[in-house]
Amino acid sequence: MIEIANLIKRYPTRGGDVTVLDEVNLTILPGERIGILGRNGAGKSTMIRLISGAERPSSGSIRRDMSVSWPLAFGGAFQGTLTGLDNLRFICRIHGVSTEDKIDPVQEFSELGRYLYEPVKSYSSGMRARLAFAISMVVEFDCFLIDEVVAVGDARFNEKCNVELFDKRRDRAMIIVSHSENYVRQHCTRAAVLDNGKLHTFDDVEEALAIYAEQMQ
Amino acid sequence: MTQPAIQIALDMQKSIQSPKPGLLRSWAIQRRVIGALLMREVLTRYGRHNIGFLWMFVEPMLFTLGVTALWTLANAQHGSNLPIVAFAVTGYSSVLLWRNMPGRCIAAVGPNLALMYHRHVKVDDIFASRLLLEAAGATMSFVTLSIIFISIGWMSPPEDPLKVVAAWLMLAWFGASLAILLGSWSEQTEIIEKIWHPASYISFPLSGAAFLVDALPPAAQDFILWVPMVHGVEMLREGYFGSAIRAHYDIGYMALWCTGLSLLGLAKLRVVSRQVTPE
Repeated sequence: MIEIANLIKRYPTRGGDVTVLDEVNLTILPGERIGILGRNGAGKSTMIRLISGAERPSSGSIRRDMSVSWPLAFGGAFQGTLTGLDNLRFICRIHGVSTEDKIDPVQEFSELGRYLYEPVKSYSSGMRARLAFAISMVVEFDCFLIDEVVAVGDARFNEKCNVELFDKRRDRAMIIVSHSENYVRQHCTRAAVLDNGKLHTFDDVEEALAIYAEQMQ
Repeated sequence: MTQPAIQIALDMQKSIQSPKPGLLRSWAIQRRVIGALLMREVLTRYGRHNIGFLWMFVEPMLFTLGVTALWTLANAQHGSNLPIVAFAVTGYSSVLLWRNMPGRCIAAVGPNLALMYHRHVKVDDIFASRLLLEAAGATMSFVTLSIIFISIGWMSPPEDPLKVVAAWLMLAWFGASLAILLGSWSEQTEIIEKIWHPASYISFPLSGAAFLVDALPPAAQDFILWVPMVHGVEMLREGYFGSAIRAHYDIGYMALWCTGLSLLGLAKLRVVSRQVTPE
């Protein structure tokens, strides 16, 4: 379970502090897939990063009773000058799992071929996404934090992700940030809308999508 | 594997990963993270080409050898009848030890910002891995050069090896505490990085590496003994040359400096850790 209570996140700017998340409360149970909707800059990625523990809240608390992935996003998580393989080794080491048996599955899933042995800085964003996703699958987590990364991409990769995530790992929790209404509709059990720092949660995905659509008008 | 065995294995894996509080567990995670960062540093700094990670101590060794050669050629006056090689190896090795640590910790977070996406990677782990690497490199360089020069007879073995070790540890403590303070501070203001280069350059001649305190006029002695590193270098030389020189140092004074720098450094680190935002 992940329990977020009275979470506030402020960032200093030249014009004073900006409150990005304001008193957010959310509980995520094992097996739940929560879609997070919101306009650009609404704080979706910030929330994912706070849940992952990469950033710390200004106030409030986040309790994690299960292992949580790093934010699977287009940026971050990799050292650009290291090869894809060395980044895999790094992530395996910090999680205390063996590496050698994971190279083949990562290679197969990411389809990076010889690029696995090249520095990550030479990758396209799609290649990075594939690597991030492949590594998170072999390290295994109870909860996956997915920031856009699977929702975009080509049809073939999408299909693979769907099998690995929503079929083979249907028992895991997921927090999915996406702009695609269809994606959220298909894969999420619940949804929430971020607006002006407030998080509105809905047990009915359609209801959340309707509110979101209204905002976009 | 049978089904229950797989289940047990999975449970074990989960228990390794699921966040449970506890000092032992935190320590286990921190060790893993520092180890992973060490490997990452070694790979990006030295790569797998030619001699690879051996550069870790070959590089400082070349520095020391170069300075030793220059001082020998210039017939440098250092105020004693000690062999110039022994003088240069003890002096310049200690400079490398305390000076490279802050150099590597200043602006150390930037290149690792992407890795801080992983919850367990913290600013203190980044500093720890870099400090360990610098200390190990400087120590291996010092030990290797000593062994080489002792075996070919250009240097005598240290008279009091324990005192040498103690002095080396004091210099390492000084370097590490200064590094944590300046490294953390440099995340808040760029001035630190700008000032460090001239400051470290100017402090070299003041650090006791290139002279013996005893050879200075008394007024200059009083002044130079305010500089904390001088005490470590003097102690190191006393351990090495023993009765051949008259060393001037107060290790309590140096420890006071190190304690002060450590406290300030850790306080700054605590503040900065909360402010760092992964890219």
